[in-house]
Amino acid sequence: MKRISIVIGTPLLLIGLMAFISGNSSKDKENPLPPFKKDSIASVKAFGDVYKVLMSPRCMNCHPSGDIPLQGDDSHLHTMSPQRGKDGKGIYAMKCSNCHQLTNTPGVHTPPGNPNWHLPPADMRMVFQGRTPRQLALQLVDPKRNGHKDIKKLIEHADDGLVLSGWDPGEGRTLPPMSHAAFKKAWLTWLNTGAYAPKK
Amino acid sequence: MITLNVNQKQYQIDADPNMPLLWAIRDIIGLTGTKYGCGVAQCGACTIHLNGEAVRSCVTKVSRAVGQQVTTIEGLSKANDHPAQLAWNEANVPQCGYCHSGQIMSAAVLLREKANPTDADIDAAMAGNICRCGTYQRIREAIHLAAKLQKEGAK
Repeated sequence: MKRISIVIGTPLLLIGLMAFISGNSSKDKENPLPPFKKDSIASVKAFGDVYKVLMSPRCMNCHPSGDIPLQGDDSHLHTMSPQRGKDGKGIYAMKCSNCHQLTNTPGVHTPPGNPNWHLPPADMRMVFQGRTPRQLALQLVDPKRNGHKDIKKLIEHADDGLVLSGWDPGEGRTLPPMSHAAFKKAWLTWLNTGAYAPKK
Repeated sequence: MITLNVNQKQYQIDADPNMPLLWAIRDIIGLTGTKYGCGVAQCGACTIHLNGEAVRSCVTKVSRAVGQQVTTIEGLSKANDHPAQLAWNEANVPQCGYCHSGQIMSAAVLLREKANPTDADIDAAMAGNICRCGTYQRIREAIHLAAKLQKEGAK
């Protein structure tokens, strides 16, 4: 069996994960969570799918390693070099919502839209670009690096409006490599089996 | 009918809520200082202020502006005397001039948020406004001058 190390950085998070899952497993009939059961093999396997989605242009383009978002299926630096700004919403006359509207603009290569369009803020950059699977898994469950999200918020984040917009990217952009339902299943499986990180 | 507040004046217009705000401003209301450049938010010629932010009116639907404050180049100042306008004139910035209402609207946001911008601030703020005549050096000069005028005017 492959040797796999657990990613959860703090015992508190693990306790929170177990408490949340056990408290939630029977009440949400529309969106039942698989029962929490530590399983490093299943967890790492599920994270493989999570990683494929998070590193796709639709997710990674707004989680750049620098302070300029990425653009396009080749994840080039955003033309016009808009900058992150303190709150992740741009600076001066170059704020995201100056061009990115509430909804996608019709036409190929026009600005995609969402009411909450932004990058992660400057003090919580949540970089995906360049992260290995292990690095990203560790980052995702570390509240100091994941936007102060506990396990409940991580689970909810799969249905965040801006996350969902990755599957409605506007004309001319490829979709993430699997459906949102498949992604969410992998995301929940990863978390509910212990949020283990791949070895590399 | 849709009501728009443009330059602190109410306009009742008969328009599709999905119409680009630029069309409403130019073709219905008749304020033609704002220009059509690319139509896809790539050039900045159509920049206006929506609640003070430098939005691209070519991709902004009329519906987004309902109940909001729209300001065009015609309404930026009462007598064409916004520091950016004065500085643009002083520095003879425009060549063909087509992009400059958008340039000035973007510069006005920069000057409001950063009273004494550096070259780097100017480059960052103005990167979304393209000038095919290449007047970028004069734009930068004018913004520095405008910052000075703004400071003097505040005294």
